[in-house]
Amino acid sequence: MRYDAPNTPESLVHFKNKYDNFIGGEYRPPAQGEYFDNVSPVTGTVFCQIARSTKEDVDAAVAAANKAKEAWGKTSTTERSNILNKMANRMEENLEMLAVAETWENGKAVRETLNADIPLAIDHLRYFAGVIRAQEGTIGQIDDDTVAYHFHEPLGVVGQIIPWNFPILMGIWKIAPALAAGNCIVLKPAEQTPASIYKVLELVEDLLPPGVLNVVSGFGVEAGKPLAQHEGIDKVAFTGETTTGRLIMQYASENIIPVTLELGGKSPNIFFEDVMAEDDSYLDKAIEGFVMFALNQGEVCTCPSRALIQESIYDKFIERAIERVKAINVGHPLDTDTMMGAQASKEQLDKILSYLDIGKQEGAEVLVGGEAAQVDDEDRSQGYYVQPTVFKGHNKMRVFQEEIFGPVLSVTTFKTKEEAMEIANDTLYGLGAGVWSRDMNTAYRFGRAIQAGRVWTNCFHDYPAHAAFGGYKKSGIGRENHKMMLDHYQQTKNLLVSYSEQPKGFF
Amino acid sequence: MAVERVTATDAALELINRLTKRHGPLMFHQSGGCCDGSAPMCYPEGDFKTGNSDMYMGDIGGAPFYMSKDQFEYWKHTQLIIDVVDGRGGMFSLEGPEGKRFLTRSRVFSEEERTELEQNSTV
Repeated sequence: MRYDAPNTPESLVHFKNKYDNFIGGEYRPPAQGEYFDNVSPVTGTVFCQIARSTKEDVDAAVAAANKAKEAWGKTSTTERSNILNKMANRMEENLEMLAVAETWENGKAVRETLNADIPLAIDHLRYFAGVIRAQEGTIGQIDDDTVAYHFHEPLGVVGQIIPWNFPILMGIWKIAPALAAGNCIVLKPAEQTPASIYKVLELVEDLLPPGVLNVVSGFGVEAGKPLAQHEGIDKVAFTGETTTGRLIMQYASENIIPVTLELGGKSPNIFFEDVMAEDDSYLDKAIEGFVMFALNQGEVCTCPSRALIQESIYDKFIERAIERVKAINVGHPLDTDTMMGAQASKEQLDKILSYLDIGKQEGAEVLVGGEAAQVDDEDRSQGYYVQPTVFKGHNKMRVFQEEIFGPVLSVTTFKTKEEAMEIANDTLYGLGAGVWSRDMNTAYRFGRAIQAGRVWTNCFHDYPAHAAFGGYKKSGIGRENHKMMLDHYQQTKNLLVSYSEQPKGFF
Repeated sequence: MAVERVTATDAALELINRLTKRHGPLMFHQSGGCCDGSAPMCYPEGDFKTGNSDMYMGDIGGAPFYMSKDQFEYWKHTQLIIDVVDGRGGMFSLEGPEGKRFLTRSRVFSEEERTELEQNSTV
């Protein structure tokens, strides 16, 4: 079936013509009165306007958050937990509406938003609603008279800059632990995908006290930068690329505040020869694991964009794998049969095409795809579509080293385990990796030795709450998606208490 | 003429000129990874602190262009050609509000060019 396009009479989703900032519990127009056009990548046409905010708006949002932080920080964990659960329930009651909104905003296939993005966001809220109630401080008995008590306290006000590849899910990944820990938030959505988070906000805004969650939209340089530099925030959380990551650390150093950064990757997906020992459902799963590069049109920081295949099985394995890639149905994102939708923006499409060009120049062999996708239906002729592409080459090529953020896979072979490890770790990044083997020792040793924060073993692209997610090397700092993220949103208060009634005798 | 590691198209030079008039002297830093990765970032000169981990690649439109040394190691066999496309985003890069994005295109150096670059290496 195909969902009706938003803003048509029968659609589940009706976007407003215009979205203002959400500050102190109310919608406020931007101080400068300017708005920008928000385009759907499905059709390449404008579907709403978004506040183009500036420093004045960020100042107002940070002030509102600071006003709210004391009362919010003193709410009981039970109260905050109940609010997060209610947020999750509201989203669950509106799952289809949110999925369609997210697809229209980002271009991804609706079967992914229905089965992954939105359900994962809901579960994430429930996970942090749970773990915050189970969290305890510690007590250390230093000696018979002296006790060290450790309490968790919220940081205060946190700035969060959200990427465009999973606008709602990445928003909730950051919102849930911050609220659970008792912080107030100023959130800046990506300017490529600013509208869908407002559909979430409309569902939950009455659940939170004014000023606890503030949303300021606009361009990175006009709204994101003043937020990252603001003296009134106590932490910045950012997902994006390395240069901006460095700039955010630099700004944070001016205020001596912590940052968490998630900065991308170039994940190896390694297939050992024993995956082909049997022709069974496990092999079928491994082939599917190879094709996972096309999930979310490849716009995932952990896209398995380098496939390393043992030479002894290469011919047989790649033949089956390419057949599966050819079976990817690139279609209308609102059609539930569509497997791959549109790239999120025009500039993203241009960048992917520039990488297809450099891959060919470097001499990589195109095994399948290699071009922009032709779209037959008239509605989508201005949308942003790419053919799923597989290159064969070697690890020193740029298409093996730089994150393309598109449905582009670079394949190479290896002879020995040592060679596989060398190739796997020969990258600037260390966010994700995949290991496929029927031999548990191979899988375990490899998983431990790869320099990456998440090694999927006989699986790929699963993101359950309670499995820590974050990078080694240039892929960032911090671990999201796990209760340990609470530590990144909390201060430690130590009370060092003496129960002795005797003076020390020093003075 | 010496081989250049980074160049700019006419459209990019025009945008650099326009941004310079509005913001003063500029600089570029080549990003990597994730959403806006692989994009050249344009900032007011001095806004981004370069350091020992960076390498100076040359000037485009009077603005110095840098990238991380470790990233350069993987990119050095290609010339970077800075172009402009319609679009938005670019995080804190100055051109975002103009509805334009700088885009890095690339060309693989010839054998002769590579030899010359190695002989004149300033890295």
